[in-house]
Amino acid sequence: MFKFILKRVIEAIPTMLILITVSFFLMRFAPGSPFSSERTLPPQIMENINAKYGLDKPVMEQYTTYLTNVVQGDLGPSFKYKDFTVNELVTAALPVSAKIGSFAFIFALFFGVAIGTIAALRQNTWIDYCVMSTAMLGIVMPSFVLAPVLIYIFSINLGFFPAGGWLDGSLQYMVLPVLGMAMMYVATFARITRGSMIETLNSPFIRTARAKGLSFSYIVLKHALKPAMLPVVSYMGPAFVGIITGSVVIETIFGLPGIGKLFVNAAFNRDYSLVMGITIIIGFLFILFNAIVDILLAYVDPKIRY
Amino acid sequence: MYKNKITQALLLATGISFAATSFTTLAANVPDGVKLAAKQELVRGNGTEVASLDPQKTQGVPESHVIRDLLEGLVNQDAEGNIIPGVAKSWETADNKTFTFHLRKNAKWSNGDSVTAHDFVYSFQRAVDPATASPYAWYLDMTTMTNASDIIAGKKDKSALGVKAVDDYTFEVHLESAVPYFVMMMGHTTVKPVHRATVEKFGDEWTKPENFVGNGAFLVSNWVVNERIEMTPNEYYWDNAKTVLTKVTYLPIENQVSEMNRFFSGELDFTYEISNEHFKNLQKEHPESLAIKGSLCTYYYNFNTHKPPFDDLRVRKAVSYAINRNVVANILLGQGQKPAYFLTPEIISDFSPELPAYGKMTQKERDTKAQALLAAAGYNQSNPLKFSLLYNTSENHKKLAVAIGSMWKKTLGAEVTLENQEWKTYLQSKKQGDFEAARAGWCGDYNEPSTFTSLMEGSNTTGGIHYKSAEYDDLIKRGIETTSASERKELYYAQEALLAKDMPLAPIYQYVQTRLVNPHVGGYAGNNAEDKLYSKDMYIIAE
Repeated sequence: MFKFILKRVIEAIPTMLILITVSFFLMRFAPGSPFSSERTLPPQIMENINAKYGLDKPVMEQYTTYLTNVVQGDLGPSFKYKDFTVNELVTAALPVSAKIGSFAFIFALFFGVAIGTIAALRQNTWIDYCVMSTAMLGIVMPSFVLAPVLIYIFSINLGFFPAGGWLDGSLQYMVLPVLGMAMMYVATFARITRGSMIETLNSPFIRTARAKGLSFSYIVLKHALKPAMLPVVSYMGPAFVGIITGSVVIETIFGLPGIGKLFVNAAFNRDYSLVMGITIIIGFLFILFNAIVDILLAYVDPKIRY
Repeated sequence: MYKNKITQALLLATGISFAATSFTTLAANVPDGVKLAAKQELVRGNGTEVASLDPQKTQGVPESHVIRDLLEGLVNQDAEGNIIPGVAKSWETADNKTFTFHLRKNAKWSNGDSVTAHDFVYSFQRAVDPATASPYAWYLDMTTMTNASDIIAGKKDKSALGVKAVDDYTFEVHLESAVPYFVMMMGHTTVKPVHRATVEKFGDEWTKPENFVGNGAFLVSNWVVNERIEMTPNEYYWDNAKTVLTKVTYLPIENQVSEMNRFFSGELDFTYEISNEHFKNLQKEHPESLAIKGSLCTYYYNFNTHKPPFDDLRVRKAVSYAINRNVVANILLGQGQKPAYFLTPEIISDFSPELPAYGKMTQKERDTKAQALLAAAGYNQSNPLKFSLLYNTSENHKKLAVAIGSMWKKTLGAEVTLENQEWKTYLQSKKQGDFEAARAGWCGDYNEPSTFTSLMEGSNTTGGIHYKSAEYDDLIKRGIETTSASERKELYYAQEALLAKDMPLAPIYQYVQTRLVNPHVGGYAGNNAEDKLYSKDMYIIAE
C-alpha cells in the first residue's frame, strides 16, 4: 500500500506540472487583459499597472517566477480582487462549496443507492418504473430550472427558506442549494446502482447462494451489495470532486460565495492568478480523490490488490 | 414576505415623493409624520462583487456605491444631483485654475484622527503615483491638475502634483487650464481621501474590516467576497447624529432574476437593476416597487472610420439615419429610454443638446435620405453594403442588434453580420480597431458635457482613436482652455454638431435606471442622474 501511495505521489508531480504549464499559457493567450475595461486605459497607465503585476516581463520569466512561488505555496495576488491574495480567496471560497457539496453528496449517495437498489429488486414492476422515471427526470432537469422552481415554491410563496445568501453557512441557507445540487446526483447514483445490482443479482455466485437456501435479504445485503457498489465507487471520486468544487449555476442562482462562481468569474475577468490558483487546487483534489477511490476499490473488490 | 398592498404602497410612495421634493437633505431628514420602523437595516443589491474598497484602485459603479458610504470626499451630492459640501464646507476660485477648499474642522477619521488637507494631498498624489497603478489616474489628468500627466508617465515625482495643504484645514489645487466644473469633478470616487497611516501600515490589506479606517458615514464591519459587505455607522462621522440606519448590507448579485427573487422574498430593500424581460410584468404587478429615473448614460454604435466601408462618410450617415430610434427606445426597450441623436444625454445639468438636422426629420425622411446617401456611395442591389456589427455577449445587446440589423436590411438592403464576443475579447477587438461597427455605451463620470464629448478626442483610446479629427480635437482643446462659461457651452454645441456632421458614431438611446425599491425605503434619491445614492440619507419607514 505504501508503495502504491508513493507511486501515485510521484505520478502526480508531472501531471500537476503539465496542468500548470498548459493553463498558464492558455490563459496568457486568451484575448483581452485582466485590466481592460469599457474605457480603454491610456498606454502609460496600462504600463504602470502591468509593471505592478509583473506583466511587463517576458512570459517565460513570468512563468518561472509563478512556478517558484507556487512551490512555496504562494498563489500570488488576485488581479481583479485587488484587496485579496489568491490564497485568501480560495481559502474563503472552497469551504463554502465543500460544505454544500459534501451535504449534497451524502444526500445523493444515500438516496441514490437506496432507490437504485429498490428499483433493481423490484425490476420491471411499477415501483421500478416510478423510481427510474423520477430519476430520469432528475438527470434531464437542469439545475438552472430546478433551482428557480425551488426558490419560487419554498422562498417566494411559502417563505420557508431564504432565496439566496450564505450567512456563514447557517442551516436554513443551505437547504435549497443542497437540494438543487443533489437531485442530479441522486438520479445518477440510482441509475448506476440499479444497473450494477441487476447484473450482480444475475451472476453465478448469487445463484449458488440462492441454491444454498439463504434468505433473499441476506443475499442482497451480504453478498450482492458490495460487488454491486464497484461502479458506484468508481463514479464517487470524480463526482465528489465535481460536487465539492462547486456548481457555477447553483452558486450564481443562490448568491453563494463558493469556488465555482469565483472560478468562472475569474476566467471572464482574465484574472490570471486566480484562474491558475483554482485550477491547481481542483487538479490536486482530482488526483487526491482518484487515489482514494483506487484504495477504496481495493477494499471492495477482492480482485484488485496493490 | 413581501406583499402587494397597493393602497398602502401608494400612501407610502406619496410619503416618499414628499420626502424627495420637500427637503434638500444633508443626511437622512425624516419628514414629519413618517413613522420609522424599529429595525433600521437596509439591504442593497449591488450587481457584481467589488474589485476593491480602495478608492484609488477602483473604476466600476458597484465599487463607487460602496465607497460612497465609507469615504467622504471634498463634496457630496444631494438627492437632485446638486453639489453640496462634503469634507469641504466651502470653496472659492478666482480664475477657475486655483481652487481653495476650506475643510470642516469636525471631520474625523473612524479612529478619531482629524481629516486634514494633508490627507487630501496624500490621496491625490497616491492616485497619480505610478506605484499605485490606479486605473483611473487619467481622471486627475483630465482635470488638468498641474503635472498630473508627467507624474503618471513617470517623468516627475508625485510631490510635483498641483496640490497643497496651506494649513491643516485649507486645501489648494492648481490646474494647468481653467476648469469651471472642477468642483463637480471632486465628487468622484478616485478623489476620495484615504487615511495615510493605515494605508502605509497595512498596504493592500488596509481595506479589510479589521484594518479599515474611513471618514464616511459608515464603517465596513464584515466582507465575504461574492456574498456580502456589511457596514455599521461611523460614530466619528461629523454628521453621524443624522444617520438613521443602524446597518447597511450590500449584496453582489449578478443574476438579475436571482436578485428579483430575493427582493420578492423580502431579503433585499432595493435591487441594482431589473431585467428587460421582466419589466412589463413588474410594471403591471408591482408598480409600487418600480423606480425609474433618467440616467447619465448614452448607448451608441461606434464606426471604425479608418476601415472600409465606414471610412466613407456617406455610409456612416446612411447607416445611422436608417436606425429607427423611436422603435428602439419606445418599443424594444420601453422603460422610459429616450431616442438619442447626440452623445451627451439630455439629462445632463446646465446643457441641452440640440437636435441635429437629421434628428428633426421623420423616420421616413431619414430612410429616404439614407438610401440616397448609400446609392451615392456606390452601393445597390447588385453590390449591397456588407459589414459586421460587434457587440459583447448579452441578451439586451443581441436583441437590439438583431432589430437594428433588420432595419438596415429593410431600408438599405445591407447584409449585416452580427458578431458577439465575450466581454474581454470584445474589449480587445475594439482596442485594436478590429471591428467595423461596434456597440458601445458611456456613463458620465461627472455631470458636465465634457465627460461625454472628450470620448471622441483623438487620443482617447475608448472612442476618439477610431475617429481622429483635427477639427474636433481643436474644439475640445478650446473647450478646455476657454475661461468663458458661455463660450464653453457654445463649443459643446459645436462639438456635438461636428459629431452629427462626421458621424463617427451613431447615438441610439439615452439610458434610464430601473430598480425595484421597497416602498418602506425612505430617502431614496429618485432624481439623481448619476445614481449617487448615499445610505446616510435613507431610512426605513414603519409598515
